[in-house]
Amino acid sequence: MKNDPTAPVIEVKSLTCGYGETVVLQNLSFAVHAREVLFVIGGSGCGKSTLLRCLIGLLKPFHGDIAYFGKSFTAADTGQRRDILKTFGVLYQNNALWSSMTLAENISLPLEEHTSLSRADRAEIVALKLTEVGLAGSEDLYPSELSGGMQKRAALARALALDPAIVFFDEPSEGLDPIISREMDQLILQVRENFGTTMIIVSHQLSSIFRLADRVIMLNPETKGIIAEGVPAELAATNTDPRVRDFLCQGKDLPKRPNENSTEGSNLITK
Amino acid sequence: MSKSQSLPEVSTGDKVATAQLQAAAAGGECLVKIGGDWRLNDPVPSWAGVLGKRTAANVRIVPDDLGNWDTSLVLFLVHSRAWCVESKSDFHAEALPENLQTLLGQVPVNGAAKPATKAAVKSGWELASLIATKWALHVKQIVSFLGECTLGFIGEAKNPRRFRWLDCLVEMQQCWASSLPMVSLVSFLVGVILAFQSAVQLQQFGAAIYVADLVGLSVVRELGPMMAAFIVAGGTGARFAAQLGNMKVDEEIDALETVGISSVNFLALPRILAVTLMMPILALYANVLGILGGMFVSATMLNIPVSAYWIETQNRVGVPDVTNGLLKCLFFGLAVGLAGCLRGMKCERSAAGVGTATSSAVVTGILLIVLADAVFAVIFNVLGI
Repeated sequence: MKNDPTAPVIEVKSLTCGYGETVVLQNLSFAVHAREVLFVIGGSGCGKSTLLRCLIGLLKPFHGDIAYFGKSFTAADTGQRRDILKTFGVLYQNNALWSSMTLAENISLPLEEHTSLSRADRAEIVALKLTEVGLAGSEDLYPSELSGGMQKRAALARALALDPAIVFFDEPSEGLDPIISREMDQLILQVRENFGTTMIIVSHQLSSIFRLADRVIMLNPETKGIIAEGVPAELAATNTDPRVRDFLCQGKDLPKRPNENSTEGSNLITK
Repeated sequence: MSKSQSLPEVSTGDKVATAQLQAAAAGGECLVKIGGDWRLNDPVPSWAGVLGKRTAANVRIVPDDLGNWDTSLVLFLVHSRAWCVESKSDFHAEALPENLQTLLGQVPVNGAAKPATKAAVKSGWELASLIATKWALHVKQIVSFLGECTLGFIGEAKNPRRFRWLDCLVEMQQCWASSLPMVSLVSFLVGVILAFQSAVQLQQFGAAIYVADLVGLSVVRELGPMMAAFIVAGGTGARFAAQLGNMKVDEEIDALETVGISSVNFLALPRILAVTLMMPILALYANVLGILGGMFVSATMLNIPVSAYWIETQNRVGVPDVTNGLLKCLFFGLAVGLAGCLRGMKCERSAAGVGTATSSAVVTGILLIVLADAVFAVIFNVLGI
């Protein structure tokens, strides 16, 4: 499945999607490459979450195609679909840990469903995954017994249960304080470092965007498509579209670029 | 404050407020001077009081010793501008401070354009068609969910080891434990009421012993199963909807789907099976309690010995009567489980959505129970059992 290292991991071709009769995104095309951290950004209501729901198969697109490792997800039958579902994990905005199960059961359910591992092996993997996210020993806790940051970590552990090649994140630092949010970012980078995981992150947390993103794509509700694409720092410095500048330069999180002390840089922040 | 009184034409300077206003009309132009402090909490002059029914081709508003002001002044200016637009006069506010002009400029002259909303329903015909569409959607939802469940059930039947038996058992236990007190109380009381009401009539003909027949037959064939089903619909069906609805809101159902687990197989089927299996057991229990209720009234009020009552019941109520009732119960259970799970899984993603789903689960459940009962009444009648 992962033979050609240069081939895109995910390829979206002229995707049109929405709800009922409302078109949210129109004729969207982009590709994600292996080991890449791609941020999908844009203001509220621009279709970020809709795109995510399409990518993970919860929403059927009106037109167009989504392909994972060159295989169409949109046209897949039940068996192929299951195979593709195995290749990615999803971290939901509200964590979506199954509240009636312990953390161990939460993490081992995907393993139970998709592998033929024995109970003892599964338990070991669960322990390993929990250690990886810094929750060692909390196998028998229920999600409600954890704090928000810990729930987020547990949800990440579950998303990583099958060692997926791709992980989708829906607002990973939403509702976390800046310190825990930074820890979460570190965890994400660490996972990428260790497993070479491709990551697609829907977020509008500027600090995370500049810390993590290899590339961002920015959506806009008026054009119903991508209005900017590139490395965030470069976009912030060079893009002339006021919508892009407004978004990327709204805060003071802009990283200091040592070799650039022109007046333009400071203008960007104050604008 | 005193100078507002001195001008000849119109002056509406309020004596209490510090807000001041002088209006003078000359040659078609109305000059309005505003001054003092304008505060929302204090009485301020109103535009209607300035000109009354007069007209002016030109309204010019100028500041005159204007102090502190807040939204009350902006509101006043908006009113005056609206008046000018209506009476086709020119409105001049250029002399006002810049920030005040900016604020005024933010208010659209013809009122804010409202975003397009759904067209209001006009005729009764349209309303009827709307309701019909809504009901068609409900029916479609129920049928397609039934189809999904059937497909899921066939899949599970091929591989029964994978079925969530533990969840099913836990749900059965919950259903039993939560319904038992209510079922006991209600069926016993139904037996008592039935016996009491019929005894009053039957005693007149010296046929009090037939109370046993009446209570026995109606409880076993209809009321026992119905009462059990209603109570389970209100308790267990509502619990399913609230539980699954909440899981939907928290994206737990999405998380199952993206892990490649069918939420119908994983969540709905164990619950539906649990309530379908529990219902006949609860109904049997309700039957016993109902007959006991009748027995209690007969023994205490009608002086019919318990043994006589029991023999009469045994003579009249046959095994087919009991099994008919219990057979219906399987379908009642199915209806309750389906309604609860369907409403929960199609729940809107909000707190209000969970509430709606819960109440709708109970309503749908009871509706399906009554429909099923009617269908069975016809079938049993045709078959003569």
